[in-house]
Amino acid sequence: MIGVTLESVSKRFAGAGDTAAVDDVDISIDAGEFFTLLGPSGCGKTTTLRMIAGFYFPTSGRIRFGGEDVTRKPPNKRDTGMVFQNYALFPHLSVAQNVGYGLKIRKVRGADARSRIAEALDQVHLAGYGDRRIDQLSGGQQQRVALARALVIRPRTLLLDEPLSNLDAKLREETRTEIRRIQRDAGLTSIYVTHDQAEAMAMSDRIAVMESGRVRQIGTPQEIYHRPATTFVARFIGRSNVLSLPVLAADAISVEVRLADDTSRTVAAPREHGLTESATALISIRPEHIGLCGPDEPEALAGRITDLEFTGMATNLTVDVSGQELMVATVEVPDGLAVGDRIGLRLPAARMWVVHP
Amino acid sequence: MTAATTTAPEPPRTGSPRSGDPAPGRRRSRFTDRLLGGAGGGWFPYLLVLPLVVVLWGYVVQPMLATFAQSGDGDGIANYTSFLSSAGVARSSLLTSLGISAASVLLCGIVGVAMAFLLKRFAFPGRRLIEAIILVPAALPPLIGAISFQLLYSETGILPRGLQQLFGTESPVLPFDGIAGVLVVHTFTMYPFFYLAASAALAGMDPSVEEAAYNLGAGRVRVWRTVLLPMLTPALVSASLLVFMTSLASYTAPLLFGVDRTMTMQIYINRTNGDLPMASTYASVLGVVSVLFLLGMRWYEGRRSYRSQSKGVSAHRREISNPVGRWLALVGSLLATVVLLAPVATIAVVAFSVDGSWTTEVLPTEYTMENFVAIFAEPQAFQPIVNSLQMSLLATVGCVVFGVLIAYAVRRLTFVGRGLLDVAVMLAWALPGTVVAINLIAAFSTGNAFSLGQVLIGTFWIMPLAYFVRFLPLVFRSSSAALAQLDPSLEEAARNLGASWWRAFGTVTLRLMLPGVLAGALLAFVHGVGEFVASVLIYTSSTAPISVAINNRMYSFEIGTAAAYGMLQVALIFVVMVVSGRLQGGGRAVREATRWTN
Repeated sequence: MIGVTLESVSKRFAGAGDTAAVDDVDISIDAGEFFTLLGPSGCGKTTTLRMIAGFYFPTSGRIRFGGEDVTRKPPNKRDTGMVFQNYALFPHLSVAQNVGYGLKIRKVRGADARSRIAEALDQVHLAGYGDRRIDQLSGGQQQRVALARALVIRPRTLLLDEPLSNLDAKLREETRTEIRRIQRDAGLTSIYVTHDQAEAMAMSDRIAVMESGRVRQIGTPQEIYHRPATTFVARFIGRSNVLSLPVLAADAISVEVRLADDTSRTVAAPREHGLTESATALISIRPEHIGLCGPDEPEALAGRITDLEFTGMATNLTVDVSGQELMVATVEVPDGLAVGDRIGLRLPAARMWVVHP
Repeated sequence: MTAATTTAPEPPRTGSPRSGDPAPGRRRSRFTDRLLGGAGGGWFPYLLVLPLVVVLWGYVVQPMLATFAQSGDGDGIANYTSFLSSAGVARSSLLTSLGISAASVLLCGIVGVAMAFLLKRFAFPGRRLIEAIILVPAALPPLIGAISFQLLYSETGILPRGLQQLFGTESPVLPFDGIAGVLVVHTFTMYPFFYLAASAALAGMDPSVEEAAYNLGAGRVRVWRTVLLPMLTPALVSASLLVFMTSLASYTAPLLFGVDRTMTMQIYINRTNGDLPMASTYASVLGVVSVLFLLGMRWYEGRRSYRSQSKGVSAHRREISNPVGRWLALVGSLLATVVLLAPVATIAVVAFSVDGSWTTEVLPTEYTMENFVAIFAEPQAFQPIVNSLQMSLLATVGCVVFGVLIAYAVRRLTFVGRGLLDVAVMLAWALPGTVVAINLIAAFSTGNAFSLGQVLIGTFWIMPLAYFVRFLPLVFRSSSAALAQLDPSLEEAARNLGASWWRAFGTVTLRLMLPGVLAGALLAFVHGVGEFVASVLIYTSSTAPISVAINNRMYSFEIGTAAAYGMLQVALIFVVMVVSGRLQGGGRAVREATRWTN
């Protein structure tokens, strides 16, 4: 297994003017890692994946597989296995012929090829489906054939371009567990593209969050959730309240800010946060980390409930605190709470985090 | 903002430290790597496109410029000024051609749109039959089609004589001659442009849009005026342009109905009189007008915007419930069926008539198999059949090779000048057959680089070349339509699995395009076998194709033999239509290409 490295990779498309689809991206993916490129549509994640696959060549920068520079290598020389969003199965070939296509090119023939095809189909629970035509398969089965076709060539890296987006919700969850299991068993370096943050969180070793062609943050799902780097990341991954608060004091690793009730909190901050006294800091806090209490208790922000929505597992409140609306999610709601009621909110400093704009 | 890029601790890098230079063996294979690796590389597309550009330039664009050059030979600009003088043949020919085209648009529009509405919006007995045969008259090869209308509706035709006998009048009743005859042929062979465009627009129209208008309180007339008509407009404009262009290019109808003062006839007359500069002048003017129409059409289609979203819901058909209406509909369907099948039936009947036996009777009186025996048994009569098949086959092979590659280049590759390549193919499509012939005469009556220094005029090779130029757009269009149906990621998947560009193209892209390509190739082949318009200007006695033989037989009143040749063309066309219909995806390709006739 090998790692994949992108060094200041940019891609500008002809005719798109100065805007870069991918702008100065640095990513280093470890051997055997499950790495996800996450972002909204148009953020450059698919373009990045296609540069790794060799369908686009970067305008500048280098791409390396392990020590080898593959920047200008044609796609057919890269030994990557790719699963396409629409699967891209060859409609004129049977399931086994689809899976065997890459083997044929690698001159694996006869019994050897047959056993590898059978093994790959077995791996995706499609043993015995080899003679089927592609149009006789369900969407989920097609997806698994596409996966088998990519795995059977024993690629150096596995590339997955939103492979689950055409499946229904239940199948999607099953399949993602399955992909993760196969990937782990094979110890296969995998790069996964998705816009679904829940999928990314559940599957990945690490995630790169992209926006407008740039990587905004790279980290484990926990890091990204609890320590989002920017307002965008905080809001794109789950839900987040981002408060603009005046800074009372700042040092290298924390910032003291003042809340609406004139109490202060000392909030952990990333290095190089660049904030000084009397600047305004952006502080993120997740809805589920805000506690509820009576409106007049000390160390609590008093506010009025403007919206209340019961979702089964939790109740989502919107609370107006002196003109600013905060989202609150809670499992336990005091009896009889209704829109218009006054309520107190507890914002624990340990759950707050300084973000960049 | 860059500070935010990475917050995670840098993970330890694995993998060997990168090696300095690539191995020496690698460097050597770089060129072949790229040649075989293909697309994606900056210059690969140009390598593929270069031969295509050479072919299109050499056989489509350059001959057209040669015609321009020739039109000025000797007299300079004088040939063109004759279009401005009020008394000249040139001016009246241009005006007649434009007038006939405008009238054809009007007539075809009325017939085509009415048919589309009747067949797509109403349910009545006989509807399915008519839908099945509605394109039959238009499917006939240009010469045999025009002949069948002449045999049916001209002064000596079956219908006027039949009516004369029925009513016992002195002269034939309702004969169509001259320009009226030309318009009959045009209406019957070109209304499908309107019919197909309007029925496609009607089928693509979301019925709920219309229902929404009714729901908001609009009456039937208002819905027609404010919803249906505006949504049909793009289709009708495109069809109008097509019919206008096709009428302008029409040659066989004026030839058979003796309308000499049209652009195409003047090209032919000047060519046969040996005034090549004047023929070239007419060809240039006609060529320029056609190209302007082509550009107008592309511009218009580029900006048309109505496309309904919903799929699978077909527009409602109204049952005709009124009993009188039902009877009328039934009679109308029967009549329409007879009218639609009459041309083919006429050719079939006449093919069995004894040559010279049919003079003043309504229908031929003496029948024989001899005509068919003759065209196969007599070597001299059989030669045109061999010629046509041979030349069409050659042209078709060329059309397939270049049509497929040009379609691929235009649809799938990015390179500077892609739009020009597309326009060059469409140029071949827009140019009337007569103009194509004059262009080739102008370019290849002396040797030039594209004929390897050989004079092609008067040889066998000029004919397949003309067919190639004329029918390349058919294969291009059907291939292009097939390619549009194909997800580009299929080819990418093959590349990702290690296939070189050539291998991915061969095993995946071309393989999946095949039904469309085949349908286009068959179409090109039958059009080649039926070709008359260009052939008649450039054939030699040893390369005369079937249509020229038909024309010659008609002149020597061997109508039966002429029709027997015609039946061969017709039979071939119907075989091809059935085969294409069976090809998966072939139907679409044929529909794409039916936008083409003479």
